[in-house]
Amino acid sequence: MAEHARHPGARAEAIAAWLLALPALLLMWAMLLGPALAVLLLSFTDWSLGEPEIGWAGLGNYLQLADDPVFWQSLRNTLIYVGVSVPATVGLGLGAALLVESVGRGRAFYRAAYFLPVASTLLAMALVWEFMFHPTVGFVTQGFRALGLPTTDWLQNPDTALLALAVIGIWQNLGLAMVLFVAGLQGIPRDLYEALAMDGADGAWERFRRVTWPMLGPALVFVVAIIAIRSFQVFDTVAVLTEGGPNKATEVLLHTMVQEGFRFLRTAYGAAITVIFLVFTLAVTVAQTVLLDRRAHYG
Amino acid sequence: MADRSGLLLRHVLLLLGAAVMLAPFVLMLSLSLKPPAEIFAPEFRLLPVQWAAVEDYTAAFTKVPLARFLLNGFIVTFCIFTAQALTALPMAYALAKLRWQGRDTAFLLVLAALLVPPQVPAIPLYIALWQLDLLNTYAAIILPSTISVFGIFLMRQFFRTVPDDLIAAARMDGLGEFAIVWRIMLPTAAPALAAFGCLSFIWNWNEFFWPYIAVQSEQLMTPPLGIAFFSDTEAGTSWGPLMAAATVATAPLVLAFLLAQRAFVRGVTMTGIK
Repeated sequence: MAEHARHPGARAEAIAAWLLALPALLLMWAMLLGPALAVLLLSFTDWSLGEPEIGWAGLGNYLQLADDPVFWQSLRNTLIYVGVSVPATVGLGLGAALLVESVGRGRAFYRAAYFLPVASTLLAMALVWEFMFHPTVGFVTQGFRALGLPTTDWLQNPDTALLALAVIGIWQNLGLAMVLFVAGLQGIPRDLYEALAMDGADGAWERFRRVTWPMLGPALVFVVAIIAIRSFQVFDTVAVLTEGGPNKATEVLLHTMVQEGFRFLRTAYGAAITVIFLVFTLAVTVAQTVLLDRRAHYG
Repeated sequence: MADRSGLLLRHVLLLLGAAVMLAPFVLMLSLSLKPPAEIFAPEFRLLPVQWAAVEDYTAAFTKVPLARFLLNGFIVTFCIFTAQALTALPMAYALAKLRWQGRDTAFLLVLAALLVPPQVPAIPLYIALWQLDLLNTYAAIILPSTISVFGIFLMRQFFRTVPDDLIAAARMDGLGEFAIVWRIMLPTAAPALAAFGCLSFIWNWNEFFWPYIAVQSEQLMTPPLGIAFFSDTEAGTSWGPLMAAATVATAPLVLAFLLAQRAFVRGVTMTGIK
């Protein structure tokens, strides 16, 4: 560093750098990092919006959360939602990517068709899905009926409502997973497949098992992490289609947070739920980093 | 022969998948053309027997200020992207190409901020805007998104690939660092910036969580909020106009995507750059 400091104009360069970075740094603190720290602090108080007094509550809000059946239901629902939509989205996205890459003609069409939901107004499409799930004329209901399967009022039945929302989430994110996998697939060196063919193993399954799958590892970890984080953020479909119902069957963390923090004005309690939400999304990133690191060492 | 039938099977699978992915769009368009009587017909028909497109779309624009929602959507996404680009480009240049103490710390802060989901700052931002008496204004919708750490990260990665000689030559020509950002880096960054612009447009057009909290006035609603409001007031009774409104709210994104597919996909896959 010292030798840089000596070169002429180093001081001017440093000043220019600070000036260039300053607006972004200030906004970053004001809009993201500062408020994130404030949420953490707020979660240890008893404040509610509009009150003049603010008091320290220690772990009070967290203890209250531990005793709150709605919170546990909400956490369980969120984990089920993530647990269903992540494997389905990643699995189907990978399948679609492999298929799309294996056909010559029509590739552009398929890619656009699968990606279109990512580039649409989710909220408007959620309302279309409400009609898709209509208990008599919805496509989903008619499909089940055509196959001789039982049907129900999907979004009003506590047993199916959360799964119905997960289906919308899968439909929305599948194209994203696909596009990321396609980028991963295109990064696999061709000569690996040629080497495999020289070894005499040229079946589709052998190619997948011995080259594609191992080489796709980092992309897989990355896609799982991105989809998991997006799934933890589920809110829009809940807010417009079910409002957490029926009977709390679709209550999820962010929805509970908005209810507590903004509707019931229990600000500090809402902050504590936000912290729990943040911890879960951070856990995904930590897991991703650990997995990628291990791969990097062995690879 | 086996190869040929394998290819056919793959196309059949892909077409089935594409049909499922596109079904909601087709349904939306189809319902937006139909009168109430035909919407709940037991047999689905793609096109209506009695066209009600004019009625449905007129209702969508008159029952709620749909044109206003669209205008708000464009105002908000435009202001947000402008602010994001104006702050991200200089910072990304400073991080990628300039030597200064604090650079590593600043970059670590960017990485830390990347880990904070956009919903986390909501409560403190709401309190701050409430104290400034800014809730329920355009500023309330726009301010929290004026910074994109993702954009900073993306542009920094891109700027690192720009040759140092280019910058050295610009300095020789007597350009200052500010001029370099806008006259040298901005033009070279155009493809990356376009990709980032597409993502920023999708995200902020779609943003529902924050406007839902910060805005009550009908006049300020963005398209997603406006559609939700429409659906709420109609309570599932008039599907035709609702689907017409949904079509109108989705059209700008879908059109932008179809026109700039490459930039969109590039933007998405660039998130994987290490």
